[in-house]
Amino acid sequence: MITGNGLTSAYNFAFIDENTKKEIRRKLLKAIAVPGYQVPYSSPEMPIARGWGTGGLHVTLAVIGRGDTLKVIDQGSDASVNACSLRQFIHKMTGCRTTVDTAEATLIQTRHRIPEEILTPQQILVFQVPQPEVLRTVERLEDRTRQMHAEADYSRMWVSLYESYVRFGSLMRGAGYPVKVNGRYLMSPSPIPRWDVPNLNDARCLYLFGAGREKRLYAIPPHTRVEPLEFEDVRFRVEEWGNTTCAYSQQGDAFLDEIYENEQVKKFVVNDSNFLDKLRSGPRPPQRLFRNPE
Amino acid sequence: MGYVAVKGGQDAIDNAALLVEYFRLKERTPPIEVEQIRTQMRLLVDRVMGEGSLYAPEHAALAIKQVEGDTFEAAFLLRAYRATLNRRFYSEIIDTRHMQVQRRISSAFRDIPGGQILGPTRDYTMRLFEPRLAVETLDSMEDLLRSIDASLTLPEAVEGIRTFGKVIDLLLSEGVMRKDMRGDADRRVVDVTREAIRFPAPRSAVLQMLARAETGGLMCLGYSTMRGFAAGGHGTVGELRAGKVDVRITDPRGRLRYVGRIVVTECEMVNSVKSGKKKDPTPYLSVGYGLCFGHNDTKAICMGMLDSSLREPNDSNPANSQEFTLYHTEGVESYGFTNHLKLPHYVTFQSGLDNLRNSMRRVREMRQRALAGYAGVPQS
Repeated sequence: MITGNGLTSAYNFAFIDENTKKEIRRKLLKAIAVPGYQVPYSSPEMPIARGWGTGGLHVTLAVIGRGDTLKVIDQGSDASVNACSLRQFIHKMTGCRTTVDTAEATLIQTRHRIPEEILTPQQILVFQVPQPEVLRTVERLEDRTRQMHAEADYSRMWVSLYESYVRFGSLMRGAGYPVKVNGRYLMSPSPIPRWDVPNLNDARCLYLFGAGREKRLYAIPPHTRVEPLEFEDVRFRVEEWGNTTCAYSQQGDAFLDEIYENEQVKKFVVNDSNFLDKLRSGPRPPQRLFRNPE
Repeated sequence: MGYVAVKGGQDAIDNAALLVEYFRLKERTPPIEVEQIRTQMRLLVDRVMGEGSLYAPEHAALAIKQVEGDTFEAAFLLRAYRATLNRRFYSEIIDTRHMQVQRRISSAFRDIPGGQILGPTRDYTMRLFEPRLAVETLDSMEDLLRSIDASLTLPEAVEGIRTFGKVIDLLLSEGVMRKDMRGDADRRVVDVTREAIRFPAPRSAVLQMLARAETGGLMCLGYSTMRGFAAGGHGTVGELRAGKVDVRITDPRGRLRYVGRIVVTECEMVNSVKSGKKKDPTPYLSVGYGLCFGHNDTKAICMGMLDSSLREPNDSNPANSQEFTLYHTEGVESYGFTNHLKLPHYVTFQSGLDNLRNSMRRVREMRQRALAGYAGVPQS
């Protein structure tokens, strides 16, 4: 039978064994040194399922220290069930303080959003990435996409954008809009909405990306040039809501969720839950806004 | 409210976890003991250990109990647990010529030195219900075991006490199979649990991935090779054997240490290959190799088929593509990602909806302009 303390002993600080954490940190340093380049890593199994944020969790657990204050959001919300479960797990394994306040956190793990409130040089944003390979939509084989990156051969991506324009009259990329990092690597920003993409450019904070299932890490260091792909005459555009404002805060200029109250009536609500709380309780937090070209 | 409530997410997941326990126990039948699962669900335990990539029968049995028999979840539990353990040693190479054989068959030859040994297999049984199992008791179990014991001429052979030479050794000594035929093969030994697989992957990585792969996924692709979705016909089971092998490690002082004994299934699929070499165009036999934890004939055979097909790259057939086969038979990963679809996706969905609505509006406007043109209405 199961003997010893194999199942009952306390886990290592931040769950993962020290050697693996060291390996992940080394590879993160490489990722930061080569912005936008996907670094393969060991990606050990976590107690949460693949596709549920294992890559983000690896990064968070590898870089978190006892003094960190952690925030976890999923689709902009601190209360989303998976955010709760990740936050609870990281807290259990590290004892670190947790918060929902964007400004207060030193380390934020996110799925599919960048907080509206502007992040500072003291903060790290960790993205959970389902598909790190931005070229996967135009080339299914990993072997070839790596070669395309090595040769900076992004012609097929440009052609695919052009074809979208010819067929639909726009670039038709929803979340996960392809970006060029530091003028070199094409990169998937993870499925953040286009609304968030301009915030990747020349940011003050460090962005780290973890794709657990695909076993890749990448990074955007502070003040790096990040440009969404666009043509001179067909420009990148963020999502638009016209003059619609949030039903709770009566304010706009934030990513809005569309909520059906019934079949006829829709209401719109600010997606970022902490931003919404702040809008409702005090002055509007600092934000960096992008205006669509005319 | 939806499942992303602004408040209450934490309560919801706590309650969901509690409900799972309730559903597991609500019928108030006697609890299944872990030891019963380990011993009476032997093949399930073996499968979970293989896919969980951890040879730990008690832990596998506990996992099966905890997740109500879901093999994906059980393998997942083992994988997550093994990720917390340091990799301290790599074992020495296991030579299955020293396997204490419980079962060995060859379909390539009518008879093999040492004989065909069926061992414990349901292969030749009629798949009919056995009603007495519905009312099995400790007494009926004892009666059956006593009668089996009484009929044994070599009681120790049941557990596998002797070793056998290998069928491929016959082919090697005859020269129809040679060890050096694929001199250009990538022989680096990598550890797929420590570094991400890269393509084209060395054979060591391929075999490790196949050994950890989900049995059903392997069978799907292995089967596809026999139905025309891979070059060539199907191979022949040169030898399929299962039994116990000793695991040894070299300690830091360089001494060989015995650390335990595990059950494995090994399969060598024999294929005829035409040599592509211009210097030496002699055709030869090659081996597709499979080895997995526990007793799992299907998995070992499919590994053998896929090891062969993966050495003939052809991206139009799934089983000839390393990337297709290795990525998509990885059970814990495919299970996780498939189920992640249950996570909320409203931000991503909204972002796509925005594009779609704009595109629909543009099309509508274009149509209206065109219609207006036909009607002779001057366009502004």
